[in-house]
Amino acid sequence: MMVNNPINNKFSQEDEQPNLKIVSNEAKKTVYQTQNLDLWYGDTHALKGIQLDINENEVTAIIGPSGCGKSTYLKTLNRMVELVPSVRTTGEILYRERNILDKEYAVEELRTKVGMVFQKPNPFPKSIYDNIAYGPRIHGIKNRRILDEIVEKSLRGAAIWDEVKDRLHENAYGLSGGQQQRICIARCLAIEPDVILMDEPTSALDPISTLKVEELVQELKKNYSIIIVTHNMQQAARISDKTAFFLNGEVIEYAATDKIFSNPSDKRTEDYVSGRFG
Amino acid sequence: MNYLHEDRVKKRMASRLIKNKLLKSFFLGATLLSLVVLAILMYRMISQGHAYLNWDFLTNFSSRFPQNAGIKAALIGSLWLLAVVAPVSLLFGVGAAVYLEEYAKKSKLTTFIQMNISNLAGVPSIVFGLLGLTIFVRMLSLGKSVLAAGFTMSLLILPVIIVASQEAIRAVPKDLREASYGMGATKWQTIVKIVLPSAIPGILTGGILALSRAIGETAPLVVLGIPVIIHFLPEGLLSEFTALPMQIFDWAKRPQEEFQYVAAAGILVLMIVLVIMNSVAIIIRNKFSKRY
Repeated sequence: MMVNNPINNKFSQEDEQPNLKIVSNEAKKTVYQTQNLDLWYGDTHALKGIQLDINENEVTAIIGPSGCGKSTYLKTLNRMVELVPSVRTTGEILYRERNILDKEYAVEELRTKVGMVFQKPNPFPKSIYDNIAYGPRIHGIKNRRILDEIVEKSLRGAAIWDEVKDRLHENAYGLSGGQQQRICIARCLAIEPDVILMDEPTSALDPISTLKVEELVQELKKNYSIIIVTHNMQQAARISDKTAFFLNGEVIEYAATDKIFSNPSDKRTEDYVSGRFG
Repeated sequence: MNYLHEDRVKKRMASRLIKNKLLKSFFLGATLLSLVVLAILMYRMISQGHAYLNWDFLTNFSSRFPQNAGIKAALIGSLWLLAVVAPVSLLFGVGAAVYLEEYAKKSKLTTFIQMNISNLAGVPSIVFGLLGLTIFVRMLSLGKSVLAAGFTMSLLILPVIIVASQEAIRAVPKDLREASYGMGATKWQTIVKIVLPSAIPGILTGGILALSRAIGETAPLVVLGIPVIIHFLPEGLLSEFTALPMQIFDWAKRPQEEFQYVAAAGILVLMIVLVIMNSVAIIIRNKFSKRY
């Protein structure tokens, strides 16, 4: 069956390459370095002195109770947070050693490197093909043959090619919620990003679709750096390499996922991951 | 313990049901009233006008003799007017709506502008006529031309188009914009590829209704001094012209009884033009919504 036990999955992966993981951790480059990031919505101090380094080709999970600033932080990484008119930031976020909060940095350029998958599946009311081709088209690719290739590659990358290859020109709204979310992931892959931000990508999905997306994330981290915000602690434990615990706009603890869930240093982290609040 | 006693509920039941029935008939009557009035109007126009409504009526110019009078100059004039009003008002109306919804930051100034646009929609059309007379006819020396009247009518319906377009744009889910921005699209790309295609059915509905108003509006044309007795067709945007409502107005005020029938025939032509316009709107709307 396609429904594998996620816990077995995780163990089997660790069994296969236990040493490799440690070695690669040493050599891993950082994609994002956040330094003293503060963010306000009007008078509300939503993020306080965030310090966080995010590694290449890893899955970094951000957990925490509602309203703790985890989605805000994620949206700051591609500056989507600027869609809120009253937002103000100080500090630095270095993406590949360039400060993205610098107004000189064009958001359009940043967002081509840093794709995003949203909480609710949000395909465009267009055909599946046009959904995937949207990104390449806005960046100037017109050649039909190249677009065909990108569409197929992206849909295969999001593990949904077989399900939709015969109905590429049908409206994406006709798909199930889980399929729509994988279409959105494929659409994100089509701009060939370096980092993928995921904002609770499975919170609107059923368990089987959730599992498919989780398996996909494991697959994608070979080529992309993934930062995922999740409400679901089991999910963070299953799929991430590192976990950051946010509380009231601060990073309480940031460490390897195993450590956060088995042996957290901070009492509050322990209380949260053991379900005592949140 | 029960608060609702069975016998008391039963006692009040009859009067409640009667009230329910009475009000239902009142609401039905309110709905039918407008339909009945429209039906009587249509019946009178058709019974009075049908004798004059023939091919000659469409291809003749107006005349002192009712049997020779035709609507050619007014019909073609109205189409010229429409050819100016439609592009001008839609371009500026949708442009203003896009600015207000997508670009403008919420501030006291934009709230003020917004309020004024809504108020402008309620300004009597004769005021717009005076505005057009001052600015287009006199200051810009456009004369009583198609262009002057077209600009005046565009100003008249602009607020309606802006408000309708704003509502259509606002109804496009925020998710879709975020998805587009999230892939590095610029604001303009997002507007043109995501927002406007989704908003077009709404924009067209509002737009065509506003254009229908422009076609039927008489007062501004009277103020601009648009002539009624014209025996030529407009040759360009700066030609003098006449329009359907002006022609109908002229016939209706003539003393001979036969001209009342001619006026009725003119109204029928105007109604047919409006029905065609609305059908086109529906067709375009369906075509656009099918794409998604």
